[in-house]
Amino acid sequence: MNPEPEKAYPPATSCCGSQPEPDKSTRRDFMLKLGFGLNAIAGAAMGIPLLGYALSSFLKPHQLDWVSLGPVEKFPEGKTRLGEFLNPVRRAWDGATAKIPCWVRRIEGDQFQVFAINCAHLGCPVRWFEESKLFMCPCHGGAYYENGERAAGPPPRGLYTYQYKIEQGDLLILAGALPNLAQPIA
Amino acid sequence: MNPALEKISDLGLGVFNWVDDRLHVRKIWASTAAHHVPQSAGSWFYVFGSATLLCFMIQLVTGIMLALVYVPSADEAYASLDYLTYHQQLGWFLRALHYWGSEFMVGIMLLHMTQVYLFGAYKYPREITWLTGLVLLVLTFGLAFTGQVMRFDEDAYWGLGIGAAIMGRVPFIGQQLVDFMLGGQIIASETLSRFFALHVFILPGAVLAVVSLHLRMVLTKGINEYPVPGMLVRRETYDKEYAAILKKEGVPFFPKAIDKDIIAAAIVIGGIVACSCIFGPKLPNGPADPLQIDTNPRPDFWFLWIFAIASLIPAQIESFALLVGPVIIGIFLVALPFFNGTGEKSWRRRPVAVIAVVTLWLSLGILTYFGATSPWSPVMDAWSSLPPGNTQILNRSPLQLQGAVVLQYKQCRNCHAIDGLGGKRGPNLTEVGMRLTKPQLTRQVVQGGGNMPAYGQNLEPAEVEALVDYMISLVPEGVEPARDFTLKKAAR
Repeated sequence: MNPEPEKAYPPATSCCGSQPEPDKSTRRDFMLKLGFGLNAIAGAAMGIPLLGYALSSFLKPHQLDWVSLGPVEKFPEGKTRLGEFLNPVRRAWDGATAKIPCWVRRIEGDQFQVFAINCAHLGCPVRWFEESKLFMCPCHGGAYYENGERAAGPPPRGLYTYQYKIEQGDLLILAGALPNLAQPIA
Repeated sequence: MNPALEKISDLGLGVFNWVDDRLHVRKIWASTAAHHVPQSAGSWFYVFGSATLLCFMIQLVTGIMLALVYVPSADEAYASLDYLTYHQQLGWFLRALHYWGSEFMVGIMLLHMTQVYLFGAYKYPREITWLTGLVLLVLTFGLAFTGQVMRFDEDAYWGLGIGAAIMGRVPFIGQQLVDFMLGGQIIASETLSRFFALHVFILPGAVLAVVSLHLRMVLTKGINEYPVPGMLVRRETYDKEYAAILKKEGVPFFPKAIDKDIIAAAIVIGGIVACSCIFGPKLPNGPADPLQIDTNPRPDFWFLWIFAIASLIPAQIESFALLVGPVIIGIFLVALPFFNGTGEKSWRRRPVAVIAVVTLWLSLGILTYFGATSPWSPVMDAWSSLPPGNTQILNRSPLQLQGAVVLQYKQCRNCHAIDGLGGKRGPNLTEVGMRLTKPQLTRQVVQGGGNMPAYGQNLEPAEVEALVDYMISLVPEGVEPARDFTLKKAAR
């Protein structure tokens, strides 16, 4: 019943008949090298695109776009108001995160300052206090003046500012990236 | 014996022998669970490693369960979490187990590391056990950080912002790192997907791999014997000494040294279940809606100390401390078993080690306390929600009352407490009239200074006058207001 092999397997050392000469490459050595070489090529063909996929942020240039904050009349002169815009780079499943707030200060006429919501210290959302004309941060207590300059606390600089323009009565800003110290232009 | 029973037992033995012949169960058992350890290692101090591993197992099981319902999409994560917490049967309990399991895991892991350090277990020949432990430390903190992002609530959203802001401080490649971390230019759907992949695939997979090596090293080089003061580790002799200890008092880990580990396991499971029942899961605090800016972002418990450092460290060295600090600590910990790999193991003869551990735990505790209370943060609604106390209003002149109105209305109390109520960012003003004179107060209000913004442009001269007049009247009964002695001399 049991299909025991009649003959025992030959011992491994006698596999190639004669003793291989030490300095002479055999066909098996060549096959091994060929195998390594082929796998290096195949691995590169698969691995390099994988790296390109995973590290695309290191290769892709930033994409910013002009987005509207609504008609200029929404922002009274001499006041600072919360504006919001749809992020120009967005996905269908972004949900609430597609909308980004910003602080819009209309100095007078067509003169504006549009500040990023993110504190220059560690990115928490700053709040505007009309009475004391200060922006205050809830995380580590950074404070900024009405014109965005640093007033107190740990921030290393003033608030990040968006570029703006007015087109057909609408206030537009150049947006699309989270501002930070490496890329302060939001 | 009953011949039928005998037949069954023979059959059972036959099956076992067959399995053992194919899988070498007995051999593997003898070299793992029943490997010999010094009897002294069966100590209460040696339970933290197995307890950390137990926590990780609990996290694996509960994590897989949560993944049955959770949706890792920026649009729907919060809704699925809400469903898990309030509608899915026992969903709240699973969430609580996973949350408390993580808190326990980090805490017990830190205890394990402390014990290993104090008992000199990182010394020769267990360097790789220590190094793999360091990798597990980083991976576990990574799991904890990515885990709080899974809640995708306000704290998660702004926590990611804090992470990105720290990355943005890296020179040269800061922006690329920010984009790499966020999976795009802003915090949005791809950020959550990325952190989900880290939290459920990459980091747990890495932990499994590294834990295997960590345990393999425990078997290969043996568990550290309970250190005896005065018994020094020498590279030339240690292996022989350890073998002698095993020969003299070696016992199989199972069942002779595992008793306390098993009891500790029950305590840990019981603790996690108890915390889950009593405190419940950590509730998400509002969806990750960037437009909802009335928020107070705070990290989870084990990151509060970092949150505190970010506020307390001087701004000039902050980037350096946040970026280079961890590297220096990392280099020190990696190098530790190599420059300190021999000599005394017992903490009783290593005062510097004891002082270092006590200092670190105290610092961690104090920083965590400050992170939780964050006295540096302005109380955003102090000006609109706190009533002025009687002592502030009674027996004041009309001008002073006008000043009290200015102080309330201009949000001074967001940073300055009066009668114990208000922010703690700036000095308490309850008795400020005792400390500062009228000219000093005027200068401070108008020009700011220290950590105070200048209010010169935001206050009318009459408002400044009223505010300062009010503040110099804030003195305890029977105490004279502060006087300027230089002025007095000039008048004489």
